[in-house]
Amino acid sequence: MKILKNSLLLVVIGYMTWMMFNLYKDYDSRTALNDTASYYAEIGPDETGAANLVTAVVVTYRGLDTLGEVTILFLTAAIIGLLLRTEKGSRLVPHRASSEFLVTAAKVLIPMITLIGVYIFINGHLTPGGGFQGGAVLASTFILLLISISNKKIGHRVLEFTEAISGISFVLIGILGIILASGFLDNHILPMGKFGSLLSAGAIPVIYSLIGLKVGAELSTIILELNQIQGKEDEIS
Amino acid sequence: MKYLEIEYITVIAGFILLIVGLWGIISQKNIIKMIISFSIIDTSIHLLLVAIGYIRNRTAPIIDGAVNKSDAVEQITDPVPQAMVLTAIVIGVGITALLLTYALKLFRQNRSLEINQYNSLKW
Amino acid sequence: MIQTILIILISVIMLVMAFVAIYHKNLQVAVIASGIISLFASVVYIFLAAPDVAITEASIGSVLTVAIFFYVLNKIRHEDLKK
Repeated sequence: MKILKNSLLLVVIGYMTWMMFNLYKDYDSRTALNDTASYYAEIGPDETGAANLVTAVVVTYRGLDTLGEVTILFLTAAIIGLLLRTEKGSRLVPHRASSEFLVTAAKVLIPMITLIGVYIFINGHLTPGGGFQGGAVLASTFILLLISISNKKIGHRVLEFTEAISGISFVLIGILGIILASGFLDNHILPMGKFGSLLSAGAIPVIYSLIGLKVGAELSTIILELNQIQGKEDEIS
Repeated sequence: MKYLEIEYITVIAGFILLIVGLWGIISQKNIIKMIISFSIIDTSIHLLLVAIGYIRNRTAPIIDGAVNKSDAVEQITDPVPQAMVLTAIVIGVGITALLLTYALKLFRQNRSLEINQYNSLKW
Repeated sequence: MIQTILIILISVIMLVMAFVAIYHKNLQVAVIASGIISLFASVVYIFLAAPDVAITEASIGSVLTVAIFFYVLNKIRHEDLKK
């Protein structure tokens, strides 16, 4: 029985290898941009005003995909919060206290890393970076905070408030784009500035900052839920 | 040789990582090992997508000192696969978090991490 | 020329780490091996002229995924010791 299973496994893996070998044989590397990318490269900087073309594609030309992705992250955080719900009267299992070295270093590093995260998503339209990268850096700050303090409960209120307000504002700015300009998430609702300065590209800095705050708050909520599943639920299972 | 350029090597590495990840999902019995193999498959597909959009001797799609606005069509690589992969990486971490939560709930039900113990849906 | 040698070296290390991640008995070593794969993929993205994707992969694949894995492994070990 085991030999049959192993040989079937090898047949499946061999078939997939043969398929991928055929794909690789016909692959030729590119020499020029295709039509869509040429359009984005020629008309993108003037129409949207952003110097970072990947930002222009993610926020304005493909804004609906970003809306879908924000929805998926929101659903993920909500489902993890639902599945790991604890009963009333749960208490934290006491840990060993963190060492003094970690606490002191965390007090110095947390403001600096938060500043770097905020810088990354505010300058998303000029340099490499943007909302998703800045949100991930903010979530890393939150992990450092959770490791360095021990035996204290962290409330959910600030994170929930930030995430809710950012999400609603993102959709409202999109709808304002339909009313005042020519489409959903159009960035002509705010004035375009000089190309390459901080206050340029219309509504792109505002949209990306809201996305950065929302992604940071959601990833932090996932980490917080996974950290605080202790206490009375042990007696149920 | 033609096949020793950077994009060909990356495409081969992506395909081999994909097959190793699939082998890991099918042949392992521990649930956490299956989730790790899923994360390896995710990484390999993102490598493949970005490697397809690369054009030789061109630079990143950002207009600053190295790329002028007027002849950007001749000097940048394709920005569309990079935008797609940006979204896909964040969704991948969300899916991994959900898979791990389900593994934790399964462990609380049956107290075992082997996939052979969960056969209540077999007929 | 030196670029080609570096990319071949990084690809070989990524494949070796993939085998370590599947076949090692200790779960913590397997998780760290998958984090190393993400880190080297981030370096390859810099060679492929994609700095946005490199920042995202380095911060999400190497930090957040490994942290979430370790939190869940800790909960499983904690409940296993209690009963």
